[in-house]
Amino acid sequence: MTATVNIFLKEGVLDPQGKAAHHALDSLGFSDVENVRIGKQIILQLDCDDKAKAQAEVKEMCETLLANTVIEDYSIEIH
Amino acid sequence: MNVAVLRFPGTNCEFDTQYAFEKLGHTTKLVWHEDEKLPTNIDLVVVPGGFSYGDYLRSGSIARFSPIMKAVTAYAKEGGKVLGICNGFQILTEAGLLPGALKRNNNLHFISKLQNLCVIHNDNAFLNQCNKGEVLNIPIAHADGNYYIEEAGLKKLEANHQILLRYSDAKGNPVVVNGSVTSIAGICNEEKNVFGLMPHPERALEVILGSDDGIRMLKGFDS
Repeated sequence: MTATVNIFLKEGVLDPQGKAAHHALDSLGFSDVENVRIGKQIILQLDCDDKAKAQAEVKEMCETLLANTVIEDYSIEIH
Repeated sequence: MNVAVLRFPGTNCEFDTQYAFEKLGHTTKLVWHEDEKLPTNIDLVVVPGGFSYGDYLRSGSIARFSPIMKAVTAYAKEGGKVLGICNGFQILTEAGLLPGALKRNNNLHFISKLQNLCVIHNDNAFLNQCNKGEVLNIPIAHADGNYYIEEAGLKKLEANHQILLRYSDAKGNPVVVNGSVTSIAGICNEEKNVFGLMPHPERALEVILGSDDGIRMLKGFDS
């Protein structure tokens, strides 16, 4: 089973990388861009057949290590 | 005073930290991250600067799970004094020993320069040799020093005199250096035994090298 974790800075926490990329896109003439957020994606291969168990396990991994919930939100997809 | 200086893979300020405390007449001991116990009879644990575990995932996020950090957490919970400098500050926030988090600098640059800092509160075991409102000139060198804490947490820090230092101009007025909330450069926990700051007092010990203001800061622990 594969788990994909997406981690982004929380809404309201300034994302300086997103802001810099937004500014660069704007300079290049991509004027339709309203907002840019840059996060990270972590892909985990799991030796587990139970989707609910995998979801719970990865959630614990996010809370413990993968995300810093003071500043970051995360989402998990299991496939 | 006996000072334990932690060492993780990627730490690079451990010798400067030892030099600083030894210059002040203390005994220091390096402690490897795989050790499960701190030396006995210590008066202070310093988590020095550097790039523990290459800053992978987030600065300090992997180091906080080292075996020695369990001992440091237990030591802090019993009231033992802990100082985190730069990467050490990041490790202590990741470990939950200090509130808030350190984000990438707003300008995305690694900032390395001498920086003025204003002493905000000195009623603690660290900055008691400095005066409130005094301006100190101390080197900073970091990419992830942008301190963040949510509004309620900030109010608590302010009410409890937990804000130690702010980035400032020569007169003590706050300045934006890296995007930190209210220009915070250093804080302590509610119990005032765990301290963290991004600037490097251990690099400010000789006037010929730019500043010796670090001496007054580090002296506080011994008084």
